[in-house]
Amino acid sequence: MSDEQDEITVINAPVYLKYNFTAGKAPARYLTQLKKGVLTGQRCPKCSAVYVPPRGSCASCGVATEEEVELSDKATVESFTIVSIPIPGNPIEPPFVVANLVLDGSNISLIHLLSECVNEDVHIGQRVQGVWNPESEWDYSMNNIRYFKPIDEPDVPVEKIGTLPVTGLEG
Amino acid sequence: MSQPETLNQAFELGYTYTRSTGPVIGRFLTALKNRKIVGIKASDSRVIVPPMEYDPDTAEELSEFVDVGEQGEIVSFAWVKEPRESHPMQVPFAWAMIKLDGADVPMVHCVAAAAESDIATGARVRAVWADETIGFITDIRCFELV
Amino acid sequence: MKDIAIVAYQQSDSVSDAGAVNEVELIMPVLARTFEQAGLNSAQDVDFVCSGSCDYLQGAAFAFVSGVDALGAVPPIKESHVEMDAAWALYESMLKIRMGHADSALIYGFGKSSPGDLPTVLSQQLDPYYLAPLWVDSISLAALQARLMLDKGLITERDMAEVVSRSRRNAMNNPHAQLSGDISVEDVLAEETFLSPLRKADCSPISDGASAMIIATVDQAKAWGLPYVVISGIDHCIETHNLGMRDLTDSVSTRMAANHAGMNAGKVDVAELYAPFSHQELILTRALGLDKETQVNPSGGVLAGNLMMASGLSRIGEVFNRIVKGEAQRGIAHATSGPCLQHNLVTVLEKGENA
Repeated sequence: MSDEQDEITVINAPVYLKYNFTAGKAPARYLTQLKKGVLTGQRCPKCSAVYVPPRGSCASCGVATEEEVELSDKATVESFTIVSIPIPGNPIEPPFVVANLVLDGSNISLIHLLSECVNEDVHIGQRVQGVWNPESEWDYSMNNIRYFKPIDEPDVPVEKIGTLPVTGLEG
Repeated sequence: MSQPETLNQAFELGYTYTRSTGPVIGRFLTALKNRKIVGIKASDSRVIVPPMEYDPDTAEELSEFVDVGEQGEIVSFAWVKEPRESHPMQVPFAWAMIKLDGADVPMVHCVAAAAESDIATGARVRAVWADETIGFITDIRCFELV
Repeated sequence: MKDIAIVAYQQSDSVSDAGAVNEVELIMPVLARTFEQAGLNSAQDVDFVCSGSCDYLQGAAFAFVSGVDALGAVPPIKESHVEMDAAWALYESMLKIRMGHADSALIYGFGKSSPGDLPTVLSQQLDPYYLAPLWVDSISLAALQARLMLDKGLITERDMAEVVSRSRRNAMNNPHAQLSGDISVEDVLAEETFLSPLRKADCSPISDGASAMIIATVDQAKAWGLPYVVISGIDHCIETHNLGMRDLTDSVSTRMAANHAGMNAGKVDVAELYAPFSHQELILTRALGLDKETQVNPSGGVLAGNLMMASGLSRIGEVFNRIVKGEAQRGIAHATSGPCLQHNLVTVLEKGENA
């Protein structure tokens, strides 16, 4: 029998809710192309900024984006952090590098991992390229790119980050 | 322009909350663990079950606990033909407002019944205790018709 | 004190499943039409923006922040959000204008309820110790309320069916309605019960969609040269979360809000009431003392389509539309939140000079 003295002061009240998510039109277009190994963004009809991943609007101008733009898997490091503590649920062993990367041909950074690098040498303006999983494993997922790794190209000056055309530095 | 596929993904969101009960709710849940039900007296002396910390009309802090019965009367009910996955019973059952003996304010809980026609406003019900009580509202597994 | 008026209102169709549409794609077409109606270009042309939505509906954390991508927030705009129906975003916007911090505001609400099980999601807004762990859904609670009404002889199932039949017929003139049709009282009564005593027809459908509104000081509305409808009063009141402590057969908080908002200062030509269940329209009509002089829910109300987090704003928009069209001079709009009409907001609308 229960102990009368044993007062309840805390309860466990977990909430589990089930959903069926449907991707919006712009993200669905992006993911459909990504499964084919192609990175795409959407260009603003007003200010010409290219968004990736696209959400269907230019967040600056507040207008719908329709024009699809194919992007390079080469990118420039806009910012980064070295993660030294384990993140619950994340299988990656620290320390590892998470970076804001601007793909050539786009104007907005996305977040991905940086690897095959000396963590201490990672720097803003550094040129990197996506390392893709084998084609047989491609899915509707940014994990198709395992990580980005440094490439032997000159650094991009800070003021030029986010302005490179899809052809990269030579463009 | 590329044509997108329609992309669906089922997922479950989990919020694994623990909550502090405070003294009033804690007293009620402790009583449930001991297979008893307590209410609290409101400013106007009405007995509220489960107990509230403050009177909704006067905002007065409430503290006078009152033992109430584990039997009561159905004030209103809703018959659930097709229980939802989250519901406490997976066979047809009723939600009910139940005024326990010694209480003045009805509480909401579930009532087990074989058919809708078995249940009625004014019917007497009794608490069915869970096999193991832990100090949670589901320590009352359901109510059953007397 | 500055008088405040509505100058534009638009809403999306009410659909059961918007499918491949994210929050931006849901909001943006509605905003575009609202700006067009007001002769404005973007959110940059108003002084304040406030939205209403609830991330739990679609299970996407900070979906309301993603929604801001639809606004054009560069250079930065003054923006706020309520995790409530956008009728309360209107309330916040009016305070902003009354305090002299803005002369105009854009208000929008959106909800994509289809990804989750809405009645289950709503069970989690209840008392987290006594009710949420039982997972009492919103329809079941409304059914308890309906039976209290029926048992006390305050209404009959036929009265409820009449509400449904009128809603469906009125909705035939509402291009955004999800449910409409020439359905008789007998048709409704012939339906078996769903969550007894409620029939499916007594319950509003689950809908996806958005609505948006632009308000401004009357001076600003005149400067824009737009037809406008004056918001002559607005108030909201809430009742205790303890369902057992409430008189569920009445709506005391609605009546209080209506009195504070000045509803009784003149004739009410039209009333749009946010009643997600048929018996609740009867509770509200009686709580407000509306008689045959007042046309109730000419749009079909939310039984014809219930945009969670936008339907309250839509009620106000529907009354605005009637007054602008010259079908009414003065009307009230009601919005609700919480189980069994717990929290209620009433807005009084009156014809402006150019409307």
